[in-house]
Amino acid sequence: MTEFNNTPGQSLKIINGRLVLPGSDGLTDASLVVADGVITAIGKAAEHANAATTFDAAGAVVAPGLVDLCCNLREPGNGQKGNIASETRAAARGGFTTVCASPQTSPVNDSGAVTHLIRDVAQARSPIRVLPVGAITRGLEGELLSDMAGLAAAGCVAFGNGSRGVRNARILRRCMAYAQTFGLTVMFSPENQALAADGYAHDGLVASRLGLLGIPEVAETAAVMEMLLLAEETGVRLHLSQLSCARSVEMVAAARARGITVTADVAMHQLLFTEDALAGFDSRFHVRPPLRSESDRQALVAAVRDGVIDAIVSQHQPHDSAAKQAPLGATEPGLSTIESTLSMGLLLVDRGELTLTTLLAALTSGPAAILGETATLSEGAAADLCVFDPQATWTPDQHSLISAGRHAPSAGQALPGVVRLTLCNGKVAWGAESR
Amino acid sequence: MTVNQASNRSLQLTADGQLRHFLTLDGLDRALLTDILDTADSFIEVGERSIKKVPLLRGRTVVNLFFESSTRTRSTFELAAKRLSADVLNLDINTSATSKGESLSDTLLNLEAMASDMFVVRHSQSGAPHFIAESVTPGVAIINAGDGRHAHPTQAMLDMLTIRQHKGGFEGLKVAIVGDVLHSRVARSQIRALNELGAAEVRVIAPGTLLPRDVESLGCTVEYDMHKGMKDLDVVIMLRLQKERMEGALLPSEREFYRLYGLNQDKLALAHPECIVMHPGPINRGVEIESAVADGPQSVILDQVTNGIAIRMAVMSMAMGGQVSERNQQQAGSKQA
Amino acid sequence: MTALLDMNRLLDELEAGLREILADRGVTSPALIGIRTGGVWLADVMRKRLGLEEPFGELDISFYRDDFSRIGLNPKVKPSSLPFSTEDRDIILIDDVIMSGRTIRAAMNEIFDYGRPASIILATLVDLGARELPIQPDVVGKVLTLESHQRVKLRGPDPLHIELQETGQ
Repeated sequence: MTEFNNTPGQSLKIINGRLVLPGSDGLTDASLVVADGVITAIGKAAEHANAATTFDAAGAVVAPGLVDLCCNLREPGNGQKGNIASETRAAARGGFTTVCASPQTSPVNDSGAVTHLIRDVAQARSPIRVLPVGAITRGLEGELLSDMAGLAAAGCVAFGNGSRGVRNARILRRCMAYAQTFGLTVMFSPENQALAADGYAHDGLVASRLGLLGIPEVAETAAVMEMLLLAEETGVRLHLSQLSCARSVEMVAAARARGITVTADVAMHQLLFTEDALAGFDSRFHVRPPLRSESDRQALVAAVRDGVIDAIVSQHQPHDSAAKQAPLGATEPGLSTIESTLSMGLLLVDRGELTLTTLLAALTSGPAAILGETATLSEGAAADLCVFDPQATWTPDQHSLISAGRHAPSAGQALPGVVRLTLCNGKVAWGAESR
Repeated sequence: MTVNQASNRSLQLTADGQLRHFLTLDGLDRALLTDILDTADSFIEVGERSIKKVPLLRGRTVVNLFFESSTRTRSTFELAAKRLSADVLNLDINTSATSKGESLSDTLLNLEAMASDMFVVRHSQSGAPHFIAESVTPGVAIINAGDGRHAHPTQAMLDMLTIRQHKGGFEGLKVAIVGDVLHSRVARSQIRALNELGAAEVRVIAPGTLLPRDVESLGCTVEYDMHKGMKDLDVVIMLRLQKERMEGALLPSEREFYRLYGLNQDKLALAHPECIVMHPGPINRGVEIESAVADGPQSVILDQVTNGIAIRMAVMSMAMGGQVSERNQQQAGSKQA
Repeated sequence: MTALLDMNRLLDELEAGLREILADRGVTSPALIGIRTGGVWLADVMRKRLGLEEPFGELDISFYRDDFSRIGLNPKVKPSSLPFSTEDRDIILIDDVIMSGRTIRAAMNEIFDYGRPASIILATLVDLGARELPIQPDVVGKVLTLESHQRVKLRGPDPLHIELQETGQ
C-alpha cells in the first residue's frame, strides 16, 4: 500500500476490493476512485483513471461509511466518560462516518448554544460527521417543550428525549404535534416509566432466579402502542429507538401496514445477547432497554431481515470504570460498543442470521434514509466509506479500545472484522497508520 | 448445567472443589450441601459443651458488613464467628452514605488493608456479595448474609438442617413456601436447596402479585388457594410479610392477607399430621401466622434459631479453610516456579 | 511381620499397662475416650476388657487440628460425643498410633472445653517415636521404628488388625 496522505485535491484509487453497490445483493469486485471528497469513478471508469495514490483493498469489503442514529459522545460533560474527540475517533475505528449525538449530555442539548458547541468541537476535533439530536423537552425533564425550531436551525437533525421518558401522554402528544408543525423527525425510546419503575433487567427467567428488579415487556409495548397512536393522530414522522421486544416489532409492522409513518431501530447488542448475559451479575450488560429473551432476540433479527427494523444502532454509552464498579442494580446502564458494532454484526453474518448486504444496509442506507440522506457508493456521492476485512480478527480489551469506555460487550474475545480504512468526505478518518 | 450454575461454581469453589466464598446455593451440588449440613451437626454438639468454642478461626478477623441493618442475623453471625475464636468487627454501614459504587469499593479495600480474612455481607442490592468477591477483594472469603431479593443461603441451609433433624432426610418430602415469594431472597435459596437435596415437591402459595415472573422455572409449583395447597404437606414455611407491600398496591390489607394466606390451626389441620411449621423470623403474629401455631407443638421456629449458629459456623470454617488451602497451594506453586 | 502385627498381644499389653497404672494411681472408675477413628475401636475393646459399665466417649479433633491454616477443614467431620461430664474425672485417652503428638495436643484441648478433668492417662497401641511435641503416652502396646517409606494403619473394627504399608519412594 502506498502511503495516502490527506492533501486536499489529491486522488485515491482503491483496488482489489469487493464493493457494496446500490441495487446489488452481492459484492462486486471493482475499483473505486475518490477525488476532491467525492467518489469520481467506479468499476471500468476507475480501472483506467489515474490517481495520486492507490490503496490495495485485497480481501476487504468496501462499503459506504456506517451511520449511527444513537451514539453518546459525552460532550459537553465532565470528560470522565469520554469526549467528542475520543468517541468520534473510536467511531471512525468502527467504520462510522456519521454519528448522531444524543442530547443526553451535561448540560443537555436543549439550546442553540449547546448545539453550536457540539458542532464547533466536532468541526475541530472529529474525523467524522457529527449530527446533533436535540432534546425535545427542556433539560430532558419531560415537561416543557424545547425550542425545537431554533434547535433545528442550529443544526439538530432530529429530536428525542434520550433515555428519559416524557411525563405523560398529553405532553408526548404536544411534543409530536409541535415537531410535526416544522416537519421535524422525533426519535423516542419507548418505555412506560410507571411500568418500568425501579427495574434494571428483563422481567424473565434470569431476573426471577437472581432476584433482579424486572422491567416487563409491557413497559415497552404499552409505550410503543401509545406512541404509534399519537403519531397516527398528529402525523409526525416517528422513529422508535432501540426496540427490545418481539411484540413491539409486530406492532410497528401493523402500524406501517395501516399507513403510519414510523421507522425503528435496534441496538446491535440486542441482536446478539439475551438476559442470560446477566447470569453472573455482569454489570456491563446492564443496558436499557434490558436484554430480553432468546425469542425476543430472534424476532428482532427477523425484523432486521424483513425490513421492519430500518436501522441497527450502536447505542454507544461510554462510562468511566467507577460507573460499572458496583452491585449490578447500582451501576449505570450502557455498553461501550461503537468500535465493535460492525464486528458484532459480522458474528451474526457468520452464524447465518443476517446476510452481509442486509447487515450493511441496516448500518448505512437504512439509518441514512431516516435522516433524509443517502449512503451509497455511487459516482458523485460524498466519499464516505469504510474498508474492512471481514476475515481478520481483533480483540477488544483495556489496551486496544480507543473509547474512554472499556466495558465492551465482547471484551477479551476475538471478533471478526477489522476496519482498514475509513474515509469521511474523502479524508482519512481511520487508517492503518492511525494506531 | 446452565451458564449461571457454572459461573457460580467457579467463583465459589477452589480448583479442588472446596468452598471459598458462600454467595448462593446455585452451582453447589448435593454432596457439598450435605457436607455443610454434616459439619453443622458437629457444631451443634460444640454448642452443647460448657465451653462452646473451638480454635478453628483463632487469629482470623471476620468483619460483619451490614449495609442493611438486621440485629438478629448479625448477632448469629457474630456469635458463630466468636465460637470459632475469630476476632469480630461489626460494621453497620448506612447505605445512603455509600450508594455510590466507588465508595463501596473504597470501604472494602480499606477493610481488606486491615488484614480482614472474611466479610459477612448483607446488602439491599441483589448480587452485591458477588460483586465484592469477583471485583473488589477476591482474597477475602465472602459470606452472603442476604442480598436484595437474590439469596440468603445460610438461612436456607439452617432451614434444611432443621428439616433434616425432624424428617430424617428430604426424599419424598412435600414442602410449601407461603407468602411474599417475590421479594424473598430466603424463598429463592430454599427452593434451590430443596430441589438439589431431592424434595419431592416444592409448592409456593401466594397471590399473583407476590410471585416473580415464571416462578415455576425456579423449580416449584404454584398454588393460589392455601386450603388446596396445605394438602399432604410435610413442611410448611411461612415468609415474613413487609408492611410496605400494602403501599405498592401488591396487597389490599393485612387482614385480607391473613384471612387468605395466614397460617392458623384450621389450615394446618389440612396438612399431614406431622407437618412441621417454619418461619425465618421475625414473625408478624396475626399477619402470617397465628400465635397458637407459632408456639404450638408443630412449630420448629426456635430450632431454626439454634441451627442458625451451627450452620454459620460450618460455612465460615469451610470457606476460610478453602481460602487458606488455596493460598497455600498458590504459594507452593510459586515457590516451585 | 506376623509377630509385629499380633493384635491380641498388643491388646494384652495395653490392658495390662492400663490396669497397672490405674491400680498405682488408685483410680477406680475411669472415663474412657477414643480418638476417631482407630482410637474409638480400641476404646470399645478396652471398655469390655476393663469391665467398665459407663459408655465411652468419641472425640473428633477436626476443629482443633493445628494444620487448618494449611489444608483447611476436614470435610468429613463428625460430632464428638462424650456421654459423661469430664469435670473432675480421671480420663483414659486412647488412640491407635502416636507420632508427632499433635493429635494428642488437639484432643486434650478439646477435652478441656468439656470441663476440667482430674487427670488424663494416655494409651496408644503403637508408638512410632518421631515426636515433635513433649507428649508421651503412659501406656503403649508396642514401640516401633519404621523406615521412612513405611506407614502403619489400624483397620477395623472387626477384626482389628494393623496394616504395614510400603509407600512409594
